[in-house]
Amino acid sequence: MNAPILKLFGLVLVLFAALIGMTSYNSVIHADAYRANALNARPQIEQQQVHRGLIRARDGTVLARSTLGSNDLYKRTYTSAGGTFAHVIGYDFLRLARAGLERERNDALSGKRTQLTSIFDQLRGKQRVGDNVVTNLDPAAQKLAISQLAGRKGSIVAIEPATGKVRVMVSVPGYDPNQLDDAATYDKLIHDDKDSPLLNRATQAGYAPGSTFKVVTAAAALDTGKFTPDSMLDGKSPITVSGTPLSNFSNEQYGSITLTTALTNSVNTVWAQVAQQLGHKTMAEYMKRFGFGTDPPLDYPDDQMRPSGVFDTTKQKWIPPQSDRVDIGRVGIGQERLQVTPLQMAEVAATVANGGVRMKPHITNRIVDPDGRTVEQIQPQVAERVMSTTAASQLTEMMSNVVREGTGVGAALQGIQVAGKTGTAELNIAKSINQPWFIGFAPTDKPRIAVAVTLENIHGPQSQGGIVAAPIAKAILQELLK
Amino acid sequence: MSARNRELFALIPASLLVTAGFAAVFIQRDDILSNVSLTYGLIFLGLCLAAHLVLRVTLPDADPYLFPLVAVLACFGLVMLYRLNATFARDQAQWFVVGLICFAGTIVALRRDHRVLERYRYSIALIGILLLLLPRLGAPVNGAYLSFHIGPIAFQPAELAKIAIVVFLASYLRDTRQVLVVGARRFLGITFPPLKHLGPLLAVWGTAMVLLFVIQDLGSSLMFFGAFLALVYVATNRISFVVIGLGLFAIGARILYAIRPTIRNRVDDWLHPFNDKLYHQPVGGSFQIAQSIFTQADGGLFGRGFGQATIQLGGNAPILPAAHTDFIFPVIVDELGLVGGAAVLLVYLLIVERGFKTAMLATDSFSKLLATGLTTVLALQVFVIVGGVTKLIPLTGVTLPFISYGGSSIVANFILLALLLLVSDRARREAQAR
Repeated sequence: MNAPILKLFGLVLVLFAALIGMTSYNSVIHADAYRANALNARPQIEQQQVHRGLIRARDGTVLARSTLGSNDLYKRTYTSAGGTFAHVIGYDFLRLARAGLERERNDALSGKRTQLTSIFDQLRGKQRVGDNVVTNLDPAAQKLAISQLAGRKGSIVAIEPATGKVRVMVSVPGYDPNQLDDAATYDKLIHDDKDSPLLNRATQAGYAPGSTFKVVTAAAALDTGKFTPDSMLDGKSPITVSGTPLSNFSNEQYGSITLTTALTNSVNTVWAQVAQQLGHKTMAEYMKRFGFGTDPPLDYPDDQMRPSGVFDTTKQKWIPPQSDRVDIGRVGIGQERLQVTPLQMAEVAATVANGGVRMKPHITNRIVDPDGRTVEQIQPQVAERVMSTTAASQLTEMMSNVVREGTGVGAALQGIQVAGKTGTAELNIAKSINQPWFIGFAPTDKPRIAVAVTLENIHGPQSQGGIVAAPIAKAILQELLK
Repeated sequence: MSARNRELFALIPASLLVTAGFAAVFIQRDDILSNVSLTYGLIFLGLCLAAHLVLRVTLPDADPYLFPLVAVLACFGLVMLYRLNATFARDQAQWFVVGLICFAGTIVALRRDHRVLERYRYSIALIGILLLLLPRLGAPVNGAYLSFHIGPIAFQPAELAKIAIVVFLASYLRDTRQVLVVGARRFLGITFPPLKHLGPLLAVWGTAMVLLFVIQDLGSSLMFFGAFLALVYVATNRISFVVIGLGLFAIGARILYAIRPTIRNRVDDWLHPFNDKLYHQPVGGSFQIAQSIFTQADGGLFGRGFGQATIQLGGNAPILPAAHTDFIFPVIVDELGLVGGAAVLLVYLLIVERGFKTAMLATDSFSKLLATGLTTVLALQVFVIVGGVTKLIPLTGVTLPFISYGGSSIVANFILLALLLLVSDRARREAQAR
């Protein structure tokens, strides 16, 4: 009877092989699909079982913390009053998933380590605890920025030019992230198309940059060597650009003036000529160097950022600036169909401030494990050299003049030299609705802070960048230079 | 080295495993290594040593690896249960004591010659069938009649019945195997057993069908009928008998599928576990099997470590039901990964290998068939429950031998082990004498 017993054992081997095969399919081969199954609530539950790390401001102030609820799940609480950090920090809720820095730094915050460390931790039976994220954000300046916007829609970004540390990033209107977990509240906010409170205007809004863009044109002009600050051009108004007349603000007439004067007084006709003389290719090249055309290299979720550039709103498509369809003269003065984010313009100012080298902006300063050891320190990283040191210092001098005696005097600080450029994008000339801007940095000899300020739909004769945005920039610079 | 000394040494890894396992669960839970884990290890080692001494005195020549392999499974189960719920582990440990007493009792009672069982085969068969029908007196659980309540103790008679039925079949087939072969007729190219001996075989088939009908449990009847076919095959070496048997079983199962909604539900759940409607069906839905698979999917190759599986949600309803009994295998895969799950299956396979080896060594037909039957029924039980929770076959609630929580399961499987060791002792002694 031994032969059939042996065959029977063979059958058992086959059956057990099938069991192992099925287990492999369930646990390894097809596991990802099963984990993504809509009926499977485990991945979400699991996330809420991790004691998520803290998010802190630069000075250690806790911005987000997790507390254990009665159901053994952790819930996120945002501790800053009135949603001061709402957009930049984002949120993490079981129902809504994540946004902002919460999403970008999820691996660290949820304690996800490399596979090997995870295995060792498991063998030691160590419970997963998230690391803490320390940001570069400055609570006082952040709060000040929101109060300066005073309920007007807009955005302010402040960066350290030499390091790329993001010190301020605000977007108004905001929301209280703690109330997002409530379905009705979230529904109301997400469907509020008039105010779009969930939108982070600093990284997601496409605004017309107005004359602040002349800084980009000036950088191209000086760095190519085709112009110097003293190059003379005719400032008469109007002139014909791409077949249509272009005039200066209030149709003001200038004779033959230097580029410095043209920037100080924001003379459209001169800068349009400069851009035209530089040509499509050069303008496109310098825009690319400044970071236009791609998402900013910020530690922030890609789908919560947008690039800056020339955008065709009817076709909903980006147009490359070197294209013949682009009126490059008007691009040179920030018109055409340019759409820029406040973060991009802050980077423009920071690049000039940093001797022509653009640094990668970063919100995160360091990642610290629960025992207080620094796991990762975010080091300053060069994105690209945009212009020579000489060109940058020439441009700095020209921008200082703007604040000293030009359109940007509203940003001047006592005892500290500020460089900057105003902008006033005319959205509706008949109703005089403008988008005021100011970008700048200080101190000019050794810049420590670069800033971009912009507000949406400001009405009336007093709605220019120099009047509305420059004083806000001044307040932010003052706070951050303290 | 003598067989018993080898057994003693093989027990060392088992007790180390239980100590390490408890230590891991303790560290995970309290971040400190409590001396309780060492105590557990010591108590377990003490129990194993006691059983080992019984074997040393009564069955000095029995297979040295069977008991340590079972000890590995048992201690592994204990750690898993401890991780799920400390109370389960304590109860289970007490059942181990009861199980080992029954183990020792069986060995002592039958140590002269286990073949005395043959004399009582019809009584044993009757007891087996009565045991199976007992749960019908109670209320069904998930549509199947599986357990019987005596006061607070839930008793699963099928666990003991499987042994009774194997003993009967081994004894019956020893008598009739010759005539089944000699009297066989060929008809339409298939060899049929002689009609007058077909009766009892049809009776076994009928019993399996009735079981299926009465207890509405596809898995149990598959287990019994599978063991029956395996024994018929080994006794007669006629694959055609097996084919006929399988055909009859398939016909019966198909009819039941048509008339019994419970069975149909089980099959539908198996085929479409992630169907929204079936998943949310409050009774007989696919919730269990779907959650079983989700639990395994969490495990990956190496698992997430002891105590890391998501089983309960803060005192609310469990996410994975019956994690300590029917669904303990998914928890093992979740926490120890595919590697852990495969290792457990491998241990069963080693036990099966020792069981079949014992059968092959045995000289008399009854012992051969008994060892084959007991081994097959154990293998099939593992196949039915692991196959069920991994969606290889429709799910039926049977326990994972030696690992799942449950008194009747532990007691029955220790008696099964005792019988295997009894057969082995005689077979090996005779083999040495030759």
